[in-house]
Amino acid sequence: MAIKSFPLVLFRCVALLSALLFAQAAQAILPIEHWRTANGAKVYFVANRGLPMVDVSVEFPAGSAFDLPSKPGVAALTNSLMRLGAQGLAEDEIERRLADIGAVLNNRFDSDRNGLTLRTLSDPRWRDEALQLMTRILAAPDYPQPVFERERSRLLAGLKESERLPATQASREFQRAVFGDHPYGRRAYEIEALDRITRDDLVAFHRNFFVADRAVVAIMGDVTRAQAEAIAEQLTRGLPRGKGSAALPDPAPLMKGIERFVPHPASQSHIYVGAPGIKRSDPDFFAIFVGNHILGGGGFVSRITEEVRQKRGLAYSAYSTFSPTLSAGPFTIGMQTQRDQAQEALAVVRKTLREFVANGPTEKELTAAKQNIIGGFPMRIDSNRKIHDYLGMIGFYDLPLNYLETFVPQVQRLTVAEVKAAFARRIDPERMVTVVVATDDATAP
Amino acid sequence: MPRSRLLLAALCALPLLLPSPLLAARPTGDVAVRELDNGLRVIVKTDRRAPVVVSMVWYRVGSMDEHNGITGVAHVLEHMMFKGTRRVPAGEFSRLIAAAGGRDNAFTSRDYTAYFQILQKTELPLSLRLEADRMNNLLLSRDEFAKEIKVVMEERRWRTDDRPQSVLYERLMASALKAHPYRHPVIGWMSDLETLTVEDTQRFYDQWYGPNNATVVIVGDVVAEEVFALAQKYFGRIPRKTLPQRKAQTEPPQLGIQRLTVKAPAEQAQVLMAWRVPRLQKPAEEWEPYALDMLEGVLSGNAAARLPQRLVRDQRIAVSAGAGYEGVGRGPGFFLLAGTPVAGRSAADIEAALRRELQRVVDEGVSEAELNRVRAQIISADVYQRDSMFFQARLIGVLETVGLSYRDLDLFIERLQAITAEQVREVARKYLVDDQLTVAYLDPQPLDSAAPRIKPPAGVRHGN
Repeated sequence: MAIKSFPLVLFRCVALLSALLFAQAAQAILPIEHWRTANGAKVYFVANRGLPMVDVSVEFPAGSAFDLPSKPGVAALTNSLMRLGAQGLAEDEIERRLADIGAVLNNRFDSDRNGLTLRTLSDPRWRDEALQLMTRILAAPDYPQPVFERERSRLLAGLKESERLPATQASREFQRAVFGDHPYGRRAYEIEALDRITRDDLVAFHRNFFVADRAVVAIMGDVTRAQAEAIAEQLTRGLPRGKGSAALPDPAPLMKGIERFVPHPASQSHIYVGAPGIKRSDPDFFAIFVGNHILGGGGFVSRITEEVRQKRGLAYSAYSTFSPTLSAGPFTIGMQTQRDQAQEALAVVRKTLREFVANGPTEKELTAAKQNIIGGFPMRIDSNRKIHDYLGMIGFYDLPLNYLETFVPQVQRLTVAEVKAAFARRIDPERMVTVVVATDDATAP
Repeated sequence: MPRSRLLLAALCALPLLLPSPLLAARPTGDVAVRELDNGLRVIVKTDRRAPVVVSMVWYRVGSMDEHNGITGVAHVLEHMMFKGTRRVPAGEFSRLIAAAGGRDNAFTSRDYTAYFQILQKTELPLSLRLEADRMNNLLLSRDEFAKEIKVVMEERRWRTDDRPQSVLYERLMASALKAHPYRHPVIGWMSDLETLTVEDTQRFYDQWYGPNNATVVIVGDVVAEEVFALAQKYFGRIPRKTLPQRKAQTEPPQLGIQRLTVKAPAEQAQVLMAWRVPRLQKPAEEWEPYALDMLEGVLSGNAAARLPQRLVRDQRIAVSAGAGYEGVGRGPGFFLLAGTPVAGRSAADIEAALRRELQRVVDEGVSEAELNRVRAQIISADVYQRDSMFFQARLIGVLETVGLSYRDLDLFIERLQAITAEQVREVARKYLVDDQLTVAYLDPQPLDSAAPRIKPPAGVRHGN
């Protein structure tokens, strides 16, 4: 609820959080076990008996990018309504049972991924009940009509509120301008499409995309291999067979720079600059990852933070990220600044980007970035939660099982020339989308 | 952060309570404490799950130690703590931590200011050396201040000014309290930020930053005696400080219900209700704070709780509804209810619905099944949170800084579990009464009513 989000505690920087989104990479001497269930689901497992709990997730390539262009929102509703009634169990009964055993069931949803994550105590008295509930919800959501209607109107209310915020307007305009008609150009929900969606759309989406053959199961924690095998079988047994979603197309490159200025009465301008970035499978992944760390992903020591915040005091948060996903997710530079400084901040960011793409990082910067990333490697895998996240990512994006082992060497061997070349191949500073929301200038697209 | 049942549930890091098989599997986190001669307390919790250490320094000073005219200075000082000493120039702190593979940041609340680094365990000496240096040797330059105060003003715009919900809470607290400094926002009022000087910041640092007003909290794969030796080496020579007298600034009794309206650009109305209630001060003797915490759990501690179940799912009167108990802190406690109406319903409708739920608690009490559900959440949360070293360190730091103790963690879980249905009903009846209440309504305004205040950036061109 709202109450939880009041700012009683202020953090010095929010950019770090955004920067870390990119950092979905790691290595380690982690013994990842991998197999397939009887009906074809991929399973990734690491045992850890240190705490009496287990994390389990099941995901499908069925995120918002797999919506029909005419009905954005079906994928996300399929996800969020799954737990609101399954196999005859009403939503209240499901929530009561989960709460009674202290289990935490979360929805997992983004442009690519659609599924559930469960955290439960590992004692079978609680674990079994939690897994039974998760199994029912995954395989047999009821999508009751009255619940569907209620949730749609709640959603509409939330979207209308959110659409007024300059941050939402800016990210929506940015996404549309960067991706055009590509599936990544659509939001998880679009207000005008909600009325067109019916319960049948959810049922059909679930049947078509939640198929065993495409399921990725990740299990981390206090269970044996034999128990993990049984859990994976149980979770996927009720899923239909099928080929699931098709591959996503590549986004079209930007042919020229695009600028959108959107009026809004907010005190700060919300600024985004960017373009399509890279896929998760891109051979330049590590060069881009390390390069972005130097450009704007490394928090206080990155160039964008240095230029925008440290030197000029223009913004609280200024960062750059890549979102390496199934298709080429966005490269994004973001910041907020007092509206009469928007132009100055924009000029600083553009100059910083141009210089970085033209010249690459310095040797000193590359060394510092490597020190930080390699020295920080142990912190990437210092909790069950983080390791479980890696299992899910390795499974979903078909990364090699030794991905974590190769992480440090891949970073270590990069040269300035490689980073520079990778950015030059991917990023053209003259062909960027620029969105500024909260300027008095009207858009004329 | 110390908020609500989640916090208290969160507060239970080392429970011994349940006759449960969990206990057998539970790694005992050893905690050791040492106080140096200069008054610095050092608390070490060993956690060997990864070769990592979380290092924090907590100062017992936050926005509640400010006064009118310099609100926000505690938080501004937090920002300035990264701007250099004689040995470590501006920006170098974060560069050194980054080069060691670490991550660093800081946070400020009403009650405390804390700084942290997360590092490989071998890098702990670097963290302590740098923290000891800036505890005693901070250089506050006019130039750095001039830039950083702009950053903080941007932070205020971003965090509060452009977010109606944040404004609603800020104004609610400013109305609910008349004398106690909790009435000021942690980030400070904008006009105070505009007139704050580097001298104000220097004075605040000189007054409050010393070893006898600080606690070092270390969680990770470390040996306590080695940590104590490092702490002695780096912090041992910093002289004790004479701290300013902490004046109570006691809030006078509230004399009746208070209401306010906040007009802001928004789509929907919102209601925020805050009752002044006791906070946790004597964890072994009091029971009311625990009962308030359990009440919060019954009302909105999980998806099956009363407010989401009844107001959102059953009656369909609210888009969202929730409760919160702020009972861990150095200042007054509050119990909060909040709700957002569905389209076609008003703020008054939501207030009435929230009041009906409270009346049900008073009239009919809560069920054993509901209490058991909240208890189960407490037990499981206690296990889950041990997955995060950062969280454990933060918990210890909060408790120690607000005048409680990490040693109370066991007690919290025990006392929470023992709360009865009658006790929950009793605190609702006794404290959630109109004379102790402040109600704030968000009155939604169309976007275009808020005229742009400032000219557009010169030279901005139209889009293509």
